[in-house]
Amino acid sequence: MYPSLSSLPGDLFAEFESLQRQMERVLGARATSSSIRAVERGAFPAINIGSTPDAVEIYAFAPGIEPDRLELSVEKGLLTIAGERPLPTPEPTATTGVYARERVEGSFRRVIALPEDADPDRVDARYRDGVLRVRVAKRESSRPRRIEVRDAA
Amino acid sequence: MSKQDISPRDGAPAADIPALVPPVNIVEDENGITLTADLPGAARDALSVRVDGDTLTLEAPIRLGEPAELEPLYMERRAGRYLRSFTLSRELDSTAIEAKLKDGVLTLRLPKQERARPRRIEVRSEA
Repeated sequence: MYPSLSSLPGDLFAEFESLQRQMERVLGARATSSSIRAVERGAFPAINIGSTPDAVEIYAFAPGIEPDRLELSVEKGLLTIAGERPLPTPEPTATTGVYARERVEGSFRRVIALPEDADPDRVDARYRDGVLRVRVAKRESSRPRRIEVRDAA
Repeated sequence: MSKQDISPRDGAPAADIPALVPPVNIVEDENGITLTADLPGAARDALSVRVDGDTLTLEAPIRLGEPAELEPLYMERRAGRYLRSFTLSRELDSTAIEAKLKDGVLTLRLPKQERARPRRIEVRSEA
């Protein structure tokens, strides 16, 4: 039940991390049903999704990427954001030291299931201040419409 | 999900806005330290890089420019601002820090003071 106890005479930080993971398992959102494409915390890029009456808006927090190295595609109702972020962090040498290396580097890929009413033919993407904003228009038929009630008389 | 804006509207006091600790890379060479930080959604005019005593503080609101009628469906980033502090050591020249922000990446160069730059110390063998 507590596999971490058997490895007690180890590194204190490793212990702490494993405890943290257990806490996340117990308390985290994963305890309930989650999306099949749910990712570990800290996935790159982080994504927010919102909806307006006309469109679905996706914000991907992907700083420091050349826009032409971002690959964006919509297929079968899935929006894929992929790309590569090479970081010029040198390895420690005789004259340089690396104290922190927290920024995600390398290739990444995230897949987002678009809502049913999103129109894959009308997608608009912009990159500003390191945030990719993808706007997928909603189909005309799914927009709220006001229905006039006429006087029968 | 409760109704919540994806990023805070202007006017909210900064201390009340939940802050996110941005990831950084820190590399030291002979002449100084280079710090890079991921701050997506931070605009140059709103970014603050402060040195107070020996504390370096980075702070920036996260602004996405989303439409007012946007209703959140799914959110991995709820914070409205970035905040992170570092303690500087004395050999760094805090008056000569250079900052550059491009595509949400902040690059800070913290040069060492002249006298703190390396001198080669000869190790003599005792003959």
